[in-house]
Amino acid sequence: MSYSLQFRDVFAAWEFLLDGLVLTLELSAVTMIAGLAIGLGGAAARVYGPRWLKTPVAIYVETIRNTPLIVQLFLIFFGLPSAGVKLDANTAAMIALSINLGAYSVEIVRAGLEAIPRSQIEAGQSLGLSGVQIFRYVIIFPALRLMFPALASQFILLMLATSVVSQISAQDLFHTASIVQSRTFRDFEVYIVVAAVYLALALVFRLLFAALYHFVFARR
Amino acid sequence: MIREFSFNDVLYLVAAMRWTLALTAIAFLGGGLVGLTVALLRVSAFAPLRWVGTIYVLAVQGTPLLAWLFVFFFGLSIVGVEVSPWIAAAAAYSIYAGAFLGEIWRGCLQAIPKTQWEAGASLGLSFTSQLRYIIVPQATRLAIPPTVGFLVQLIKNTSLAAVIGFIELTREGQLTTAVTFRPFTVYLTVAALYFALCFPLTQVARRLERRLHVAR
Repeated sequence: MSYSLQFRDVFAAWEFLLDGLVLTLELSAVTMIAGLAIGLGGAAARVYGPRWLKTPVAIYVETIRNTPLIVQLFLIFFGLPSAGVKLDANTAAMIALSINLGAYSVEIVRAGLEAIPRSQIEAGQSLGLSGVQIFRYVIIFPALRLMFPALASQFILLMLATSVVSQISAQDLFHTASIVQSRTFRDFEVYIVVAAVYLALALVFRLLFAALYHFVFARR
Repeated sequence: MIREFSFNDVLYLVAAMRWTLALTAIAFLGGGLVGLTVALLRVSAFAPLRWVGTIYVLAVQGTPLLAWLFVFFFGLSIVGVEVSPWIAAAAAYSIYAGAFLGEIWRGCLQAIPKTQWEAGASLGLSFTSQLRYIIVPQATRLAIPPTVGFLVQLIKNTSLAAVIGFIELTREGQLTTAVTFRPFTVYLTVAALYFALCFPLTQVARRLERRLHVAR
């Protein structure tokens, strides 16, 4: 049996796919910001916080990191309505992804914070800086520099993982692809094109993060 | 027909874990073979081989696993191969795991000081003998903790095979939801079962890593 690849139908639907791409980018951007915020807050709580705060953060991190993203999505999108919380697919996707990335970020940020030598903190103390000042002027910047590569690759993995939200019918790139597939029956072609788009996105994000690192950290 | 979510359903879910484990095992074996090849390509002395390894890793780590699953599930049938979810999943996961394991193991191979290679060379060992008798035994020790860590990742990601109809824990959860209409309870159970699989492994990986750092 011979088969010739036909991409015409797929490319004809480019505007439709573009809509999906926009949502994928939105989801990625919102989740990265939320994930970083959760990561910073959670890690600070885990490293410097009181015990009653440390334990819940640890439980949150371990629970999320040891269960699959798709199950977390299903629980929030399909499960929560029976508890009276109804969310549309895009919102549920955003929440689930943020919670997911947050847990991974806490671990990465924590490693960064703990890598700052104790003597640095003591130097701050001996200059009479307060706890907040030490965090702000002594710890956070070098810690961010240390955690940046790990955080960047986690962010890129997250961007790729946003494709999973198509399974709760959030209208992301992958979901629009499956709609194009069902309209044109060009299964293979659609997914090859979409995979190429994700690959391009991953490379672009990698370049952006490298540039960010260069401008923010490398010059000092 | 809607029926109650009973203890029997929990047992069915527990039973479905064996397919999650079976898929993890296949993915780990296939991924291990691919990963070993990738790691060796990437430390090769011949530059074009290194490029092949690099491009492979870049391509696989830059595309969603879901795309690989769909490409194999839908794509192979157009070249006339009848594809079952088993074959599609095994192929997609081997490719996916191969890239990540390859990167992990490359790091471990490269963590061995260059002087060890040179010591082997000065004893007149060939490249393969240096790898076999000097580098790999030392690198294996370094490789075990991150490999166990990746295994957790792999177990969690087998859940994606549910979308091509591969019946494992997550798919079984979907099916159970369809008949009991208790999504919250069902997915909470599913999540708990994944946790029961992954959490001990995470702890093992952490302990191994700590021991390694103490030993150095």
